[in-house]
Amino acid sequence: MRAGSVQAVVREARHCAVVRITHWLTTVSFGGLLVSGFAILLAHPRLYWGETGAVGTDSIIDLPLPFVLTGQSGWGRYLHFLSAWVCVLTGLVYALYGLSSQHFRNDLLPARADLSWTCLSRVVSNHLHLKLATAEAFASYNVLQRFTYLMVVFVLFPLMIWTGLAMSPAITSVFPVLVNLLGGQQSARTIHFVVAGFLVLFLVVHVSMVCAGGFRSRVRAMITGYTTSIKVRA
Amino acid sequence: MKDRLTRRKWITTGLAAAGASGLVAAARLADRYGLIPPDHGGIYGAGETLTYATQRLLMSYHSLAREFDRSRISKVIPVNGPPPENETYELFREHDFEDWRLVVDGLVARPSAFSLAELKAFPSRTQITHQACEEGWSFIAEWTGVPLSYVLNLAGVRPQARYVVFLPLDPFWDSLDMPDAWHPQTLLAYAMNGEDLPAPHGAPVRLRVARQLGYKSIKYLARITVTDTLKNIGKGWGSYSPEIGYSWYAGI
Repeated sequence: MRAGSVQAVVREARHCAVVRITHWLTTVSFGGLLVSGFAILLAHPRLYWGETGAVGTDSIIDLPLPFVLTGQSGWGRYLHFLSAWVCVLTGLVYALYGLSSQHFRNDLLPARADLSWTCLSRVVSNHLHLKLATAEAFASYNVLQRFTYLMVVFVLFPLMIWTGLAMSPAITSVFPVLVNLLGGQQSARTIHFVVAGFLVLFLVVHVSMVCAGGFRSRVRAMITGYTTSIKVRA
Repeated sequence: MKDRLTRRKWITTGLAAAGASGLVAAARLADRYGLIPPDHGGIYGAGETLTYATQRLLMSYHSLAREFDRSRISKVIPVNGPPPENETYELFREHDFEDWRLVVDGLVARPSAFSLAELKAFPSRTQITHQACEEGWSFIAEWTGVPLSYVLNLAGVRPQARYVVFLPLDPFWDSLDMPDAWHPQTLLAYAMNGEDLPAPHGAPVRLRVARQLGYKSIKYLARITVTDTLKNIGKGWGSYSPEIGYSWYAGI
């Protein structure tokens, strides 16, 4: 430390408790859904369009995976529903909080100025050139992050729930529209798989960006709620 | 200081006791209203109970599974496994199931046994429904049979009945709760796509449970027992399925 400089630990609030708790509950339940979803898929790794499909009928995708019938779809389905309940109830708390606390409006909805062409192209070019966010930018999400989070929260997760319910013979006996709108039970299964793929893509990009931006500090912020940095003042 | 400690202790003990007895009361109430599945134990039990209880609470008991037009019947109808390879079944099959009887007993006023011809003479229902296998494939087929409710009414179900147990000629026994047992689409089916049920599809009579996954529609029926508890059958989990890792309730 140079003489005359003052070191200060700056602690800045980053994520509130509801966001942190729901983030980690979602992480755990998403892990459960992913593992169990894969276990269920392995029992029949072929995808169809329409109402029906089986070995001997035309598929739209034959996934390069083996047919595994060792009973893993049994615990797979048990774990899938347990995780789905945790995920959906957590999501409900998060959505209610996000609406009532203005979290969605303030932190996720892009500002009008951010939607200008120059601003958008700057953010995209920063990403393409792998320019890391500055400390100020870390304090709030850029427009691409906002779009991505909005897509995940309001499009991908709701689609997963919808297509999941559309595969239930009990639920569709009450709400047949859930499956009829999608073109059939096998279409629902296929969309469920494709949207799961997008969520995995999001997970990969999300974790990569966290690593690029400083894994420890960002994970600490999501656990403790604060970012700490040491600032040296002359 | 000491006073405060005692008071705090009283309050916490009181709250804990109230919480615990509240949970016990809630569990008892849920059980009385048939909201707890027989395979509610173990690490996955909570999810299973939530799914089953939510569907039984929020859904109509009589909601009908979708039915389709004849033109939608699938050309490919896969089969999981061959018919039972025991002597009893082979003998029945050799004599075109003429000696076969469907026994109805347990909590009924009139225990009975019906021949295939008698079942076919009862009022029938024909429905074209979609069936999904838990593995992921599915098909649409037309099923004809006697509504289970008709046979149950003939036998006279006693008011304390809570489950109907199905014992087949293979190991895959199962059970239904009363809402699904009385459901108009729950059939004792003897025909598929207008013809006698082929042996691999469950001849002479199979169960059809339209609002659950395929494995719930068990084949090769021999006996139906009405009961108020599943505890003394198998491992007490209501079906052979949980014993090999699959959930009892397959309405998903």
